[in-house]
Amino acid sequence: MHELSLAGSVLKIVEDAAAREPFRRVKRLQLEAGALAGVEVQALRFALEAIAPGTLLAGAQIDIDEPPGRALCTACGQSVCIASRVEPCPACGAFGLRPTAGLELKVRELIVQDD
Amino acid sequence: MCVVCGCGSPEGHRDGTVEQVGPVAAQGDLHYGLGAARVTVPGMTAERALRLEADVLGANDRLAAANRAHFAAHGVAAYNLVSGPGAGKTALLCATIGALRARAQAPAVAVIEGDQQTCHDADRIRATGAPAIQVNTGKGCHLDAGMVAAAFGRLPLHGHGEGGLLFIENVGNLVCPAMWDLGERAKVAILSVTEGEDKPLKYPDMFAAARLLVLHKIDLLPHLDFDLARCVAYARRVNPGIEVLLVSARSGQGVDAWVDWLLQDAALAGAPHAHMHAHAHAHGTA
Repeated sequence: MHELSLAGSVLKIVEDAAAREPFRRVKRLQLEAGALAGVEVQALRFALEAIAPGTLLAGAQIDIDEPPGRALCTACGQSVCIASRVEPCPACGAFGLRPTAGLELKVRELIVQDD
Repeated sequence: MCVVCGCGSPEGHRDGTVEQVGPVAAQGDLHYGLGAARVTVPGMTAERALRLEADVLGANDRLAAANRAHFAAHGVAAYNLVSGPGAGKTALLCATIGALRARAQAPAVAVIEGDQQTCHDADRIRATGAPAIQVNTGKGCHLDAGMVAAAFGRLPLHGHGEGGLLFIENVGNLVCPAMWDLGERAKVAILSVTEGEDKPLKYPDMFAAARLLVLHKIDLLPHLDFDLARCVAYARRVNPGIEVLLVSARSGQGVDAWVDWLLQDAALAGAPHAHMHAHAHAHGTA
């Protein structure tokens, strides 16, 4: 359950942002968790909701974008969409895809309020 | 002078009216600093968007990069050993330490042991004569770069000055440690043949993150239905470039090849070089 550690890192990023540009609360937290980022999105949402009370994230709406994974097939050379690392190339059926996108876990944007 | 039009008449305007000079009849204050920010910036409303685009693991990755530079400066090659619980990481390390010691110009070795609780594993390493620091993560399911930095500072390898090998035995867990960079040269995934050959498909992130797969406990193969070729094929589905070694710490089979792999890879890490410490600690003290 590393999602709890990740939720703690998200909160730290939010607190650091508040130290730079003061605000009172987060109305909306927008995250990006790529399909190949190694994150269970439901567990991350649960962990964020668990740690939010009493913090800047209390009551915040949590939106998590899940961009699909993309990979380069080393056999046929095509750039293809994949949902996980264990899938074969949907174009030629070969294994051994090199992931190129959907790997990131980021805090994209905060909508913050001063009062 | 008339304050309305500046006409200079003390009595009144030339048209005969007299200006009332006194308090202006208006109410209400304008306060630009009542919000939590205590300041109002033109163009910003009380609700605003902050574009961050911040990597959630960014703080760990920065510490890991510092570890990597620190290890390089000391000529230390660090390996992050990851596996499920019970794959034999500690037994493999004990056998590795013994085999390294038998080599000409044996490198210094140290171990950072990660577990949720107990010092059992560090005690097993110390029994071989190698220094070990136990990191107990409590409820934590993985080591992070900050823990490794703190542990490395306490090891004699840190003040040794002639380089060496640092083994980081991560918490037994095939999921979480995959995401955390500790500053290692390579993650080494250890999979024992009693676990089933489809583990690389069930836990793809770990096998994708590893540079080397050690298939461990191969002395037990005659008693199992484990399909070696299938396991390697599954691992290469998720990581086409992964290297594979077959090892048994118990029988000693493959230990020499594993030690060769370590020494060849560590040689690429280069010699220690002088570096400035930005952090407060003294070399040679624990």
